[in-house]
Amino acid sequence: MRRAELLMAIALAIFSVYLMWKSAELPIGWIPDEGPGGGAFPFWLSAAMLVCSVWVIVRWFRQITPQSRSSEPFFDSRAQAMILLVVGALTLMVGSIHFIGVYGAVPLFFVFYMRFLGQHSWAKTLTIAIAAPVVTFFFFEILLHITLPKGYTEPLFYPLYDIFM
Amino acid sequence: MEILQLLLDGFVVALQPTNLFLVIVGCAVGLFIGAMPGLGSVNGVAILLPVTFIVPPTSAIIFLAAIYYGAMYGGAISSIMLGIPGASTAVATTFDGRPLAIQGMADKALVAAAVASFAGGTISVILFTGFAPPLAHVALAFGSAEEFALMMLAFGTFIGLGGDDIPKTLISIFIGLILSSVGLDILSGQPRLIFGDIPGFFHGINFLVLAIGIYGIGEILWTIESSRGEVSVSQAVVTVRRILGSLKELLKSAKTILMGSLLGYFVGLLPAAGATPGSIMAYGFAKTMSKNPDSYGKGNIDGVAAPESANNAASTGSMLPMLTLGIPGSPTTAILLGGMVIWGLEPGPRLFVEQTEFVWGLIASLYVANFFSIVLNIAFIPIFIWVLKLSFTILAPIIFVLCVVGGYAPTQDMHDVWLMLLFGVVGYLMRKLDYPMAPMVLAIVLGPLAESSLRQALLQSHGSMLVFFERPISGPIMVFALLLFLMPAIKAGKKMITRRLQKVP
Repeated sequence: MRRAELLMAIALAIFSVYLMWKSAELPIGWIPDEGPGGGAFPFWLSAAMLVCSVWVIVRWFRQITPQSRSSEPFFDSRAQAMILLVVGALTLMVGSIHFIGVYGAVPLFFVFYMRFLGQHSWAKTLTIAIAAPVVTFFFFEILLHITLPKGYTEPLFYPLYDIFM
Repeated sequence: MEILQLLLDGFVVALQPTNLFLVIVGCAVGLFIGAMPGLGSVNGVAILLPVTFIVPPTSAIIFLAAIYYGAMYGGAISSIMLGIPGASTAVATTFDGRPLAIQGMADKALVAAAVASFAGGTISVILFTGFAPPLAHVALAFGSAEEFALMMLAFGTFIGLGGDDIPKTLISIFIGLILSSVGLDILSGQPRLIFGDIPGFFHGINFLVLAIGIYGIGEILWTIESSRGEVSVSQAVVTVRRILGSLKELLKSAKTILMGSLLGYFVGLLPAAGATPGSIMAYGFAKTMSKNPDSYGKGNIDGVAAPESANNAASTGSMLPMLTLGIPGSPTTAILLGGMVIWGLEPGPRLFVEQTEFVWGLIASLYVANFFSIVLNIAFIPIFIWVLKLSFTILAPIIFVLCVVGGYAPTQDMHDVWLMLLFGVVGYLMRKLDYPMAPMVLAIVLGPLAESSLRQALLQSHGSMLVFFERPISGPIMVFALLLFLMPAIKAGKKMITRRLQKVP
């Protein structure tokens, strides 16, 4: 926990320096009779954020916050494994949407999550894995007219478009 | 009398078949969301906002407000049945609700929670109806200087009253404001903060991306980590006779409920406070005022009634500044406010003049939502208990998928889905280190308004900062906001002085 607190504060400090540099691409000074330029608002906010990050670091060294005194691990090993698995699965799902589309990625995600993480029966898993994309299709594509990304599976949907739209 | 006429017109809107249907569905959805451990009104409203693009704004906000309301009722259910608060707003309800359930009086606690929620909701909506129009009338005279001063006040409350680590709260506010400034500069139209020249940043960062990331993905990660232990559901015997008996007993709690409602309402008005501290304060207050404070924590029905009346009252209270001033009183109302912008409405006092149907339809729908929430709540108790037994490994992937689809829908850009995932994970890590997340969500919603009001005010004053302090309304607000910002410093200074004085006796 102690190390995580310091690392987060340093990361935030670096991020705020990057933000300052990035906002300085626009005028950050005071334009006479007009007030601040376009980059001033984010620039000074990032500067203030840098000050606060340094403030957190100072408090870490003086061990003021409870996190900076805590010797507990940031994650216990079981939680870490679980969170990594879930975040990994999510990333893979979002990534695969680009290729196999929402209607390919979502059922796979359900199968992984319910069957392998949750150890539910195949019957239960498949019911939800098939029902979820069907409901999504009717709600978003038909009712809301929001086309969800389909990647390479797009041609498979042409007959459905013909029927419902 | 004019207010009554407007309210009647509002009821005509709220009771239209579509809207009535949405209120009922919203209440039911809200009750379920509130009852799920880990999910509260913010999560429900953030994840389901993209779903409302299908209906007109009035119906959309009526639906979301009903979810907000239902979730406040629902939070009590898991507090009582599982001993885990269904939402942070129902933390105080576990103190006495759980002991009651263990003693076999879960039904009594559930009925008390429902009735107290109803009373809290109704009292606060009546106060709301009375207060909102005059406040909006005053606010009509506000210019950009006043708007900016009010936003400073909103952020000031997080520093002065939020109770979280000060530099971390500030960082949270700054990140929200900076993220809101990504995209095209509002005045000059120049591209700004386009990270890595990725075109997805040109349309800015939609507040929903951050809100769904934090309150959808981040929250579920948080729940996965924290709820690994086995949970046991208490048994509840529910019969009509027992419900009537509990209702009769509740008359004794009338004073507690009234006190909780008033306290909750006024705490709810403040952006940094809201329903969670409101309910905890009401609990503490009821305990201090009680004739036998020792019975609290062991199953006192007043200990359920006080926080439950307060959290519902606070949720209504937080809508008052949102509708009249355009400053949200809670993270949930911040998301509602962002929703209004998406629906093409301009938040602020002009709503009361230009969008009377929207405003009064919403207000009237709160009365209706209250009624349906209590009916559904008591009628569906057995179903809720069944849902609470549903495994989290089914619920979590459903919510994740809703987040992904919901994050895509507003802009229809995969870029935003990636961003949402990033915000969710980083937000979760920051939350583990006690960085408060509510100020960030409030800031990203208020950011564009804050920047434009600041720059417009400065344009009008030819660049003089004094404009914020010279005007009769913005001056005092600004001074008050600065006091709130300085409050921690003042407190620390006071402590140092008293310590010095003690050393030199």
